[in-house]
Amino acid sequence: MTAPISLKGSPLHPRAAIDTRASLLLQDPRTKARNATEKRFRAYGLSAIVVALLALVWLLVSIFGNGLPAFRQTFMTIPVTLDAALLDKGGKRDPADLSKATTVAYGKLLAASLGAEITAKGIDLGGMDAKALAKMISEESPATLRNRVLADPSLIGTTINFTLLASGRIDGYYKGRVSMESAALDKNTSPEQLAMADKLKAAGVLSTSFNTGFMTMPDASDKRPEAAGLGVAIVGSLYMMFVVLALALPIGVATSVYLEEFAPKNNFTDLIEVNIANLAAVPSIVYGILGLSIFINFAGLPQSAPIVGGLVLTLMTLPRIIIPTRAALKAVPPSIRDAALGIGASRLQTITHHVLPLAMPGILTGTIIGLAQALGETAPLLLIGMVAFVRDFPGAPPEGLFDPASALPVQIYNWTQRGDPGFVERASGAIIVLLVFLIAMNAVAIYFRRKFERRW
Amino acid sequence: MSLGLLLLVLLALAVAGYVIGRRKAVAQVEGDIRKLHSLPPFYGRITALLTAVPAFFLIAAWLLAQPLFLETKALNLINPAELPAGKSAELVMADVRRVAAGLDMLAARGQDVTPLLASPTALKAALNTAGVVLETEPTPSTLAATAALRSSGDTSRLAMTIAALVLALAGLAFGLSRIKPEYRARNATEQFAMWLLMASSLIAVLTTVGIVASLLFESIHFFRLYPASEFFFSTVWKPQFGGGSQLGILPLLWGTLYVSVIALVVAVPIGLMSAIYLAEYASRSTRAWVKPAIEILAGIPTIVYGLFALVTVGPLLRDYFASPLGLGNSSSSVMTAGLVMGIMVIPFVSSLSDDIINAVPQSLRDGSLGLGATPSETIKQVVIPAALPGIVGAVLLAASRAIGETMIVVMGAGAAAQLSMNPFEAMTTVTVKIVSQLTGDTEFASPETLVAFALGLTLFCLTLALNIVALVIVRKYREQYE
Repeated sequence: MTAPISLKGSPLHPRAAIDTRASLLLQDPRTKARNATEKRFRAYGLSAIVVALLALVWLLVSIFGNGLPAFRQTFMTIPVTLDAALLDKGGKRDPADLSKATTVAYGKLLAASLGAEITAKGIDLGGMDAKALAKMISEESPATLRNRVLADPSLIGTTINFTLLASGRIDGYYKGRVSMESAALDKNTSPEQLAMADKLKAAGVLSTSFNTGFMTMPDASDKRPEAAGLGVAIVGSLYMMFVVLALALPIGVATSVYLEEFAPKNNFTDLIEVNIANLAAVPSIVYGILGLSIFINFAGLPQSAPIVGGLVLTLMTLPRIIIPTRAALKAVPPSIRDAALGIGASRLQTITHHVLPLAMPGILTGTIIGLAQALGETAPLLLIGMVAFVRDFPGAPPEGLFDPASALPVQIYNWTQRGDPGFVERASGAIIVLLVFLIAMNAVAIYFRRKFERRW
Repeated sequence: MSLGLLLLVLLALAVAGYVIGRRKAVAQVEGDIRKLHSLPPFYGRITALLTAVPAFFLIAAWLLAQPLFLETKALNLINPAELPAGKSAELVMADVRRVAAGLDMLAARGQDVTPLLASPTALKAALNTAGVVLETEPTPSTLAATAALRSSGDTSRLAMTIAALVLALAGLAFGLSRIKPEYRARNATEQFAMWLLMASSLIAVLTTVGIVASLLFESIHFFRLYPASEFFFSTVWKPQFGGGSQLGILPLLWGTLYVSVIALVVAVPIGLMSAIYLAEYASRSTRAWVKPAIEILAGIPTIVYGLFALVTVGPLLRDYFASPLGLGNSSSSVMTAGLVMGIMVIPFVSSLSDDIINAVPQSLRDGSLGLGATPSETIKQVVIPAALPGIVGAVLLAASRAIGETMIVVMGAGAAAQLSMNPFEAMTTVTVKIVSQLTGDTEFASPETLVAFALGLTLFCLTLALNIVALVIVRKYREQYE
């Protein structure tokens, strides 16, 4: 005989149910405990959601906080006399002669002009020599000035008002990245330079304004974060999206139509379907390996070209377009097809005249979302050489598709790998640009879905 | 003729084919289109298709195959006796390609490049000014190969243009010759379109074949140079580009798994609890905005998470946890990458689990509530057990996502391959090493580069296995309640 199980004290004890203190108004301890568990469980759920949303907010705040300063930039506007004796020693305005004046000469000229402007504004130079003044100017500005003179030699001998980039450290000073204390330890700047920048600001020579160059200029070298822009990256990304759209949309729609409307049920069709499901889950870096070994090593296409990036992203985007497209085709009721076939349309006519137009909103939504994912993809592009430092804008398509270019996400990665802290700001700013593109694309997709969505 | 112009010409030919084909069909029946088998546009369409499509395929195939063909030709010209010590012919070919590209650049600037090909010294100097820096002066055979590459490149371009135009015109003529009133133009057009549809659906299969072939081929190449047992069982990862490197995958796998486990420890409770709350408790209006808001997390590019890990989370963890606790002072760590990746995979867990919980029949809940269970007891004892297979599937999918993720670990986890338990130490993963072994100028014959393909193959198999298991589980569960 087994000993009876003791239920004493547990809520399952028969006596426990008869609690004289319990009523509709007064909960017995067990109900209380159960209700408390209920409340706790709800609270866990709610807090999980709050944590997830807070993570999102934290992410966005951190990116925007770091990145917004990239859209403002410190400039100095000073009169520069383009002395012919310095820039054109031959005096014949011969382009070959002009190009002999290097950026070093232009740099000295700019530093001297800045010194002259400081004295003209009645500010005490305070013992700053030409070298210290030159450090206040971005290393990019002499090159900008030189290119301007080479493009228009008639400027030589005149005095122009030249807007030049302040050095990255001075720019950082106005964005809170550089302080007097950190400047004292920094060999690239000094507290005197920052103090001088303050005086110049008061005199109206130096100002901070919207940074259009961030969107239009090409990348700049390691020591010139103030001159780095997204121009080439944006063009490269646009080219790639163009390739993806031109290839993935037709191929994706054709595949979906074939599988959904025509394909006989056999092993071959099953094989294609399984393939597509698996391709959607293959890690993106594997597509990069595919691109490297097939398109670059085997087919010999050029490295860091938008065409290769576009092809790799096309292969990656295809399953992401096919899946929603098939869902959209499936959602068109069979009665539409039956009606079209009934009045004598062929199967292809039924599809092109009736099914596809009705499924179009769903297809476009899927395509845009697929494109948005492709736009943000980085890993495969690293492998096909898009990390290269590219300063020249690619040519016009279709030949330009084979020129080296960068891409937005890769440019961001590239900037995060550089030493100067100014590039972190640039990278975060570039992410804002990327996110704006993505938000715009998703907004269009949502608009399509809302506007044309149809329930059968 | 430039590529763009050629494509435009083909397009113009196709349009012409459409117009002429249609006209011809109508003219043959003297305007009485009732006598035609198909409507007039079909006669135009089939002509246009026959004109443009074969020529387009020819151009695509030619562009893919041309460099391969040209380089074999140029490679044969390189004299093996002149090869510098330790340099393979493939490496010299890279020089040849660069010289050819540099010469094209110079030619594009209007410079006469013929005299340069005669003197290696002048060539090197000229290329230097153009920004193409050569290590050594090119040897005569390299120069010959370069010249051959360039001239045959031009010839090949010309041949392609001519071939494409001839093919297009032949297609046009063939299409026009077939036009007769009794010709079944509609059926022909549709048959043609059907072949195109089928061909495009083959691209998915070709992609898989391409992935598997490129991974397998180069991995076999790697295992010939490096013993497989060392690769799979060695605990040391120490690539040395001089040779004699140790390439054990175990430290990388350890890092990958560690990061993924931390990511799942973050994502599964948060994702699952939010899914439960959204499916069972939240009002319709809350659900309508919270669900998309959480899904935003899935739409953010991984590079953004990477920067977030690098700039915000990494330094934060180092300054407030790792350093005070004496666990390390590196801002890139397994914890950083795992935490950020956890945030990224929350929506993968929550969305799928939400769908699965919603698919549990209401009758089960009603039965449980009717017996007096509270909602949380119903969820814990009825709904979750019923949805468990699906939830496991969702978690596995999230795990495969975490294992294959690249940018977050590249930027957040560090590059040191080591087997350590300390989550605040920098470790590295399979994907990080694929990136680091394959970026930059690499020689495709050394085990240090080829190992990336073996790593890729391992990664591909790992994620594929996880996905298949997850899909099987999810599918099995779905059948249960349908």
